[in-house]
Amino acid sequence: MVSLLDIIGPVMVGPSSSHTAGACRIGLLTRALCGGTPERALIELHGSFAKTGEGHGTDRALVGGLQGFQPDDGRLRDALELAATTGMQVTFATTKLRDVHPNTARLTVERDGQQVIVVGSSLGGGRIAVCEIDGLAVDLSGEYPTLVIVALDQPGTLAAITAELAADGVNVASVRVSRNRPGGVALHLYELDGLPIPEVVALLAELPAVRTVRLLEQVS
Amino acid sequence: MFDSLEQALALAQEKQISLGELALQKETERGTRTRAEIEAGLRRALGVMRDARARGLTGEVRSVSGLVGGDAHKVANSPRGPLHGTVFSEALAGALAVQEVNAAMGVIVAAPTAGAAGVLPGVLLALADRAQASEAAMVRALAAAGLIGAVIAQRASLSGAEGGCQAETGAAAAMAAAAGVELLGGTNAEADGAVGLAMQGTLGLVCDPVGGFVEVPCVFRNATAASIALAGIEMALAGVRIPIPTDEIIDAMAEIGRTMDVRYRETAGGGLAATPTGRRLARGRLGPVRGG
Repeated sequence: MVSLLDIIGPVMVGPSSSHTAGACRIGLLTRALCGGTPERALIELHGSFAKTGEGHGTDRALVGGLQGFQPDDGRLRDALELAATTGMQVTFATTKLRDVHPNTARLTVERDGQQVIVVGSSLGGGRIAVCEIDGLAVDLSGEYPTLVIVALDQPGTLAAITAELAADGVNVASVRVSRNRPGGVALHLYELDGLPIPEVVALLAELPAVRTVRLLEQVS
Repeated sequence: MFDSLEQALALAQEKQISLGELALQKETERGTRTRAEIEAGLRRALGVMRDARARGLTGEVRSVSGLVGGDAHKVANSPRGPLHGTVFSEALAGALAVQEVNAAMGVIVAAPTAGAAGVLPGVLLALADRAQASEAAMVRALAAAGLIGAVIAQRASLSGAEGGCQAETGAAAAMAAAAGVELLGGTNAEADGAVGLAMQGTLGLVCDPVGGFVEVPCVFRNATAASIALAGIEMALAGVRIPIPTDEIIDAMAEIGRTMDVRYRETAGGGLAATPTGRRLARGRLGPVRGG
């Protein structure tokens, strides 16, 4: 059900909730997935993002999000210049992606020698969905705190993870597991109703099958 | 929030409260935010609206493409118009100002959308200045506007891509009409009347932005929508009523939106966007994101 502050709001940098606020959120989620402001970013724009991106400030909003600016941060307008002064290397290109929303971008970002590739779509009204991480299909809204876990595709991994969350009293709102091939690497996404304590996040990282754990706070 | 305005009006009647107060109570009942938090959120929105208007009125604001900007300042300062010095002219200038700031990647309140963000502050702030309204009264007026927007969202749409500009600046005019009547101390029946009278004036309005950008005609259309909201308020407070219930007018807007050709729903495929000059401006001023 729609809330009063959704109608009188959000407070945001113009001109478009889908092309500006949504693009900023895609940048923020990508930043969270790579653990901070990336050193390098290749931003490939698809569809309406490619066609009308500049006039809507989509490019600035994506790069602003990567730097941690929120959708209501007046610095979004100067995000490209600010990125240049901090040494962040940004490259733009246009692309054609298959079976995605018209407002979609693929971001390939690098930080501390690690690379993450994120495909995110702006669905309208500022809402977003990340539909691919490192080539694996996901559906991530950023509306909930989310655990992103890369683990070996082994029996019992899901149960072990949810057991730790249950012990901490954290409720799982949704869960999605995808893998590149049977027995390969699996990507787990847990959308949560609350934030687990840091000790639990550390315990999850020590589970035998788990490679990496990343906790994303809500991107609102 | 409410499936129909009729339902909201009946409940407000029963409780003997205004639509704005009803909206605040109903939102509090949801339980996700306290009453104080909701009011703080609306006060923050008011502050952002005031700042955006002030920035736009300086005349220093230019859109990213350079197509729009500086017009709010002209309206606010020109003595030549027949309405100069009236609340009407101030509302026009305010609506232009906020929408120019939006086009310039400034901070605004989407109300209900970014593309229609100028209408409500244009009308509300101009009326509040004149009436020297209290912050609490303005918060209630914003809440009344939110209630109207929520009913339109429920029964029709608040997206130009779905319903044309009637769903954006049209909805904003309806919201501003309710806010204006609430602020001026009118009755709920008068607020309902103003909403219906404003909405009938924007039915069928297409979304035809040049180049697909929220600039031309969006900035001007926010000002004309503000004028329609004021016309609704003026007529309703004089006792005028359109003999079609507001819920049915909203349903008509939904029906028109559903059957509106895709060219007129934010695709820049028809209307002003498809005029020879509209096409030329789109080519000349704005382009795809450049590499590097």
